[in-house]
Amino acid sequence: MALFYILLLFIIIAAIIAVETRNLLSSVICVGAIGFGGSLMFLFLRAPDIAITQIVVEVLGLIILIRATISRDLTFISGDREFFGTVVSVVIIFVIFVAGIRVFDAMPQFGVPVFSHVQDTASEAYISRGLQDTGVTNLVTSVYLDYRAYDTLGEATVLFTAILGAMVILRDKSRKRIEEPDV
Amino acid sequence: MKGMTVIVKTVSSWVKMLIFLFGIYIILFGHLSPGGGFAGGVILASSYVLLMLAFGRELVERNLPLPLASRLDCLGAFLFALLAILGLIVGGVFFVNFLYQKYLPGSTFHLVSGGTIPLSNIVIVLKVGASLFLVIFMLSRFRYDSKGPAEKLASDPTIGAKE
Repeated sequence: MALFYILLLFIIIAAIIAVETRNLLSSVICVGAIGFGGSLMFLFLRAPDIAITQIVVEVLGLIILIRATISRDLTFISGDREFFGTVVSVVIIFVIFVAGIRVFDAMPQFGVPVFSHVQDTASEAYISRGLQDTGVTNLVTSVYLDYRAYDTLGEATVLFTAILGAMVILRDKSRKRIEEPDV
Repeated sequence: MKGMTVIVKTVSSWVKMLIFLFGIYIILFGHLSPGGGFAGGVILASSYVLLMLAFGRELVERNLPLPLASRLDCLGAFLFALLAILGLIVGGVFFVNFLYQKYLPGSTFHLVSGGTIPLSNIVIVLKVGASLFLVIFMLSRFRYDSKGPAEKLASDPTIGAKE
């Protein structure tokens, strides 16, 4: 349990540095450190699937962010914050904090799965019947490719649409000649 | 971009095949051990991204051209929908695991088990890997060719001014 507090402290420090530093590149690297801390937490909570996905996506996302960051000329942020914006964000953070305390009171203890706390959950059914229903031993795969395959189809559609949009926006040659009038 | 230093180039030419192999392992054993289509696809894409960072964009463009990557992307989406519709035709329910329930139950803890789930994993790898590769490739090309429209008109004779 002490390990999680150390990791949590590490994540909080990295988040504070990511917000407060003036150098955009250090800020991006601190965002990466947050992701690595979360991935380690998943690993110690015995969720290796999530840990693998988290660390891999984090590395790739970090590379994308760094490429997008260091290509710009302005890598240092300067200037003071506005007074009104600070007040509004402090109020919002306070409201979320008060609501969060009440939510965390109702949640089960950290590291204890929900189905040991509540009876008749879906995850309990997946764990007890997943192997004979689908024949795979990795129950995470059995959930996202068999029980909840609609979700995966939706995710694939979202990804497809995102790529379509990116390729349309970032293409470098226009298909139409310039001198043609707009119809 | 002409790539990074000799050290980075040497190391990445050693580890690129290891990363690719690890990605294939994650995909093929995704139904038996931690991993699966999404993680494996991202790992395969990141091996290409490593090549792109170390050796420059031109080498990757020769190995995996942009039209081929976008076709792989479309093929992945198409095959995943096809698997779902095959479930509807053969098993009667959209996305039903017809191979496991009717034709090929396989034996637990073996590579051939789980019916359509390993096939779906492979298809999702095509989808995710090609998509992420395309995103990073388009972003890097956007960065290095980031001339303004006026300069591009002046430098590219195929667009604009005829005279």
